[in-house]
Amino acid sequence: MSMDTGLSTALIDDFSALTHFDTRPADAYAHVLAQKQLHAHPERGAAQALEPALQELLKHPGIWRRASSTPQVRALSTGLAELDAQLPGGGWPLGALSEILFAHDGVGELGLLMPALAELTRRQQRVVFVAPPYIPYAPALAACGVDLRHVVQIDSSATEGSWSAEQCLRSGACGAVIGWMQQADYTQLRRLQLAAESGEALAFLFRPARAADKPSPAALRLQLHSDADRVDIEILKCRGSFDTRRRARLR
Amino acid sequence: MLWACLLFSDLPLRAAFDGSELAQPCALIDGPRQRQRVVFANAAAQARGVRVDHPPAAARAMHADLALRNRDRAAEQRLLHSLAAWAYRFSSHVSLAEPDALLIEVGASLRLFGGWPVLERRLRRELAQVEQDPALAVAPLPAAARVLATRHDGCFIAQREPMLAALAQMPIAQSGLRADAITLLYRVGLRTLGEVFALPRAELARRAGPDTLDALDRLRGNVQEVLPLYQPPQRFEHRIEFDDRVEAWPPLLFPLRRLCGELALFLAARDGGVQRCELVLEHEDHAATRLAIELLTPQREARLLYELIRSRLERVALAHPVCGMALLAKDLPTLRPQHQDLFDGKRAEALDWPELAERLRAHLGDAAVRALAQAADHRPERAWRFSRDAQTIAAELRPRPLWLLARALPLRGSPRRILAGPERIESGWWDGDDARRDYYVVETHAGQRAWAFLPAGASDGWMLHGWFA
Repeated sequence: MSMDTGLSTALIDDFSALTHFDTRPADAYAHVLAQKQLHAHPERGAAQALEPALQELLKHPGIWRRASSTPQVRALSTGLAELDAQLPGGGWPLGALSEILFAHDGVGELGLLMPALAELTRRQQRVVFVAPPYIPYAPALAACGVDLRHVVQIDSSATEGSWSAEQCLRSGACGAVIGWMQQADYTQLRRLQLAAESGEALAFLFRPARAADKPSPAALRLQLHSDADRVDIEILKCRGSFDTRRRARLR
Repeated sequence: MLWACLLFSDLPLRAAFDGSELAQPCALIDGPRQRQRVVFANAAAQARGVRVDHPPAAARAMHADLALRNRDRAAEQRLLHSLAAWAYRFSSHVSLAEPDALLIEVGASLRLFGGWPVLERRLRRELAQVEQDPALAVAPLPAAARVLATRHDGCFIAQREPMLAALAQMPIAQSGLRADAITLLYRVGLRTLGEVFALPRAELARRAGPDTLDALDRLRGNVQEVLPLYQPPQRFEHRIEFDDRVEAWPPLLFPLRRLCGELALFLAARDGGVQRCELVLEHEDHAATRLAIELLTPQREARLLYELIRSRLERVALAHPVCGMALLAKDLPTLRPQHQDLFDGKRAEALDWPELAERLRAHLGDAAVRALAQAADHRPERAWRFSRDAQTIAAELRPRPLWLLARALPLRGSPRRILAGPERIESGWWDGDDARRDYYVVETHAGQRAWAFLPAGASDGWMLHGWFA
């Protein structure tokens, strides 16, 4: 009975992986096969469980196994060592959408980006705030090391925000684009993800915590949990890593 | 140079009647109201005895069900222009020889199209699809090609000597000279162009006039002929009218695909792309529904344009039945060829910042794209501004929040604890915007860090001015 549950969980996990576009289908398939083998012969160890045919299959270059190697992810350090260690590539994935989900203003959500933004402006890359909910306070940005000459704010309505962000990302003229979305459907997010890919830019999207349960094509999803004493970062989803639901302390 | 002449001898009939009508006897009449005459009659009408120059009554007497219409020169011109637009695909040198012929320079692109026999088959095949069956002739000179096409359909003459020999055989009635000149030469007893060519120049000029001499010189290539070249239009506008009323969008997709195909051909001929276009859905009794389609980069591929426009069309709720559809494109920038750097993987659609900013401003308004800068003022609301020129100001060492509220608001609830402060900010007594506040970094019960102030000296009345986000 427990065998069956194990298998079905594995299937569901890999299914969600497929629908989220974050792993190659072959990975998921090989993973499921391996799970099947394990459950078919529970008396044998994991190494013997794989029959020669399956071993052959897994030698295929198109199949990446988690145990054997780490995928290549180009990334920019978040400035938090504890978080970097848990992210493949060691930071914010370049050319991808990163979502930050939070419930309350003022828990350090924007500060989380500051080391990366400072690094980008130092490299003379443009940082664009699209329709921020408050005024990005210039003295505080400067104090974080952000070069204001490379910071641009775009004022747009909620409906045009997504369009503006997409234009900026796709153009390739921006290092990072930061947006805020109360309501976002899957298609919009997918468009942003594709735009970030084609423009090789960092896309940051701040969304309310209630969006955590909704599917998202973002490469990285972080949720900030705040209580009276501390703020934790939870990795909800992370492309290139199976270990989600890990945490790091923000403050 | 090699000129192909496409002579559409039944163009006036084609312009006035559609394909199914032309199977029946029909004729065109023209002339002053009192003295109208048949000017064109199709084969079916001629078989029933209708002749050119018959008065309408006589023509009707020959065949009671004869379809008679007035000649429509404007429609003929439109038809010829649309044929020229089609011909522009094969050569950039296309000239309209009004009223009924097109001249195409084919020598330069003959190799591209695989030689004349292949090109000729292709021209005829494509024209057959639009129910046109022209006479075709190729000659080194445009005027000669035009004359040879009237008698020698399908002839291909690449050299001047055989061309002159062929011209010499042409009867003067088909020489393309002016009617009075033809009459004159005929009365003199001349029957072919060869006999006219043999006449002494001075005598000919004196009798037939310099115009005739000039026309003969152009035929033989003794003088250079300057042809006005066809220029493709600067905008695209095609319309399809439906026989039925269309209530939903799926039936619109088929005509849409055709419009996109036409637009793509038009763009390919101009060697351009389209960045903005408009799909107009016409309703019988209501204002048309207009769908604006904007693209990030100029495009000209039919399939891509179709997919883009279809995705817009699918989202439209049709309020009224559609009776016609039009596709308009005015903004036709030149298509930038996609060149890629050997080492740098940057894509062709990449934009410079000025270009991107321009596009954003065009869409969102001129003031929508702004730069941030610090300002030298102690009052927090004045310590920043929207500005392009960043001043160098010593970095603030005291805590400042990343979010500033545009206007301070009363803090909801009381702070759970105070993390830093007070920091007295007292400034602005000279400009009437006096501020005396004690700023604190406070933590709320939800774990948020806020930048809040109390009026100087007060112990209650927290005002929220920023978030340490």
